[in-house]
Amino acid sequence: MAVEKKTHPLIVSVSPHIKGEESVSRIMWTVNLALLPSFLMSLYYFGPRALFVTALCVITAVLSEYIFQKSLKKKITLSDGSAFLTGLLLGMNLPPSLPFYIPIAGSFMAIVITKQLFGGLGYNIFNPALIGRAFLLISWPKAMTIWKEPTAVFATLDAKTTATPLGILKEEGLGKLLEVFGDKANLYTQLLIGNRAGSLGETSVIALLLGAAFLLYRGYITWHIPFSFLGTVALVAWVFGGKGALFTGDPIIHLLSGGLILGAFFMATDYVTCPTIRKGQIIFGIGCGAITMLIRLKGGYPEGVMFAILLMNCFAPLIDRGVKTDLFGATKGQKK
Amino acid sequence: MDFNKLLELVISASLINNFVFTRFLGLCIFFGVSKKMETSVGMSITFTSVMVISAALSWLIFFYIMVPLDITFLKIVIFIGTIAALVQSADTIMKKVSPVMYHKLGIYLALITTNCIILAVPLINAGEGYTFIESLAFGLGSGLGFALALIIMASIREKLELAEVPRPFRGLPIAFIVAGLIALAFTGFSGLITL
Repeated sequence: MAVEKKTHPLIVSVSPHIKGEESVSRIMWTVNLALLPSFLMSLYYFGPRALFVTALCVITAVLSEYIFQKSLKKKITLSDGSAFLTGLLLGMNLPPSLPFYIPIAGSFMAIVITKQLFGGLGYNIFNPALIGRAFLLISWPKAMTIWKEPTAVFATLDAKTTATPLGILKEEGLGKLLEVFGDKANLYTQLLIGNRAGSLGETSVIALLLGAAFLLYRGYITWHIPFSFLGTVALVAWVFGGKGALFTGDPIIHLLSGGLILGAFFMATDYVTCPTIRKGQIIFGIGCGAITMLIRLKGGYPEGVMFAILLMNCFAPLIDRGVKTDLFGATKGQKK
Repeated sequence: MDFNKLLELVISASLINNFVFTRFLGLCIFFGVSKKMETSVGMSITFTSVMVISAALSWLIFFYIMVPLDITFLKIVIFIGTIAALVQSADTIMKKVSPVMYHKLGIYLALITTNCIILAVPLINAGEGYTFIESLAFGLGSGLGFALALIIMASIREKLELAEVPRPFRGLPIAFIVAGLIALAFTGFSGLITL
């Protein structure tokens, strides 16, 4: 959000003199673009319902940001794409069959309460889309956990209700999961391409990884958070995930299922709500992974990615304080 | 002594049933002190130690005086009195014995006397019939949970000092919203340990 000023070429000014191409709106719209493949996959698997829920979220998010800023006589910042992104991420985190008022309530909660009341983009403590989803999960626990079997676009509008792979894993164990999907190879393949019940945008791991690779290549996200997050999940799943003995768990199921890929690459990496120092980001990622697996293996909910990221959001300012580097040349005890 | 049970008590009291974020108790100190990191660290230390001592003392009074005399219906009054006397005497002793420590932590003691978590812990200990060691563990867990809440809150509020919060929401209102959102995040721990 650099202030554009026209300066005479001969007038000496303070640095920076070289301005890059990057700007907040450019980054935000690129992230939106990176989510396009998984949005298309959600259209393919869940049909018009996916479009309906996602569009509701996006429209409410954009509208409520506009109304809030207009009524407070603030600068309208719709063009930076952050409200659009919040709406899109929230939509991709919702199950397909919801009555229309639920996405609207979630979007309002995300934009107005979690973002605008804190002063708008850049000041929010929590990830808006995740707060929106957590709020909905607690307010409408039943509607938010009705999962539909993915059916190709034009097949039928009344898809069968079913459980998510993580839900089956939690309630009935690995045996039942293998029974549903046939064998392990088939299970992995289906999880990878996203042919399973779940939130709209979280199912297709391949499409998400495509978008994530694009963001990594552009340098908009760095490896620190996602890889420490995924690594911790894999390690904990391998050590403690098995029945009975240690080191017998299956990390691949845990990596491919739930909202892990979506959360690790697109939500935990939110610039505003994660620590700003690299060392802190690794701690942040490890914390996210550990809490995710704690909730998946021991908690009351089958999926813990959302709560893990929100909980680590609370700790982000504290982590930043802890890993702050010393001033150059500072002696011991002279940290500030 | 069942070590796992004690660990569960500490974790349950500090994270899953965190007094501030799931039972919404002790909010007056929580919002009053969490404006600065320095005061919240001081409060956390004082609070946790007073909590453990008062849990122990109330347990002794409850099971060795009140139960034999059959006056358990007076427990609220007696616990309030016990805690007030304990904190006041700690205050006086500290002033005489260690003025430096009194200067640092003394101001928090007066606030703690009337805190509801300090009263809730002995009442829950008595109600659940915890043993002496279990009561200590529960008191420790509650104190640590409160300390955690205070320190998270202080770090967030110090960050919010720089934020452009709309004027009607500056100060306490936004702090209440933050507390609500943290509570939302803490619901993720529900069902972790069923006690």
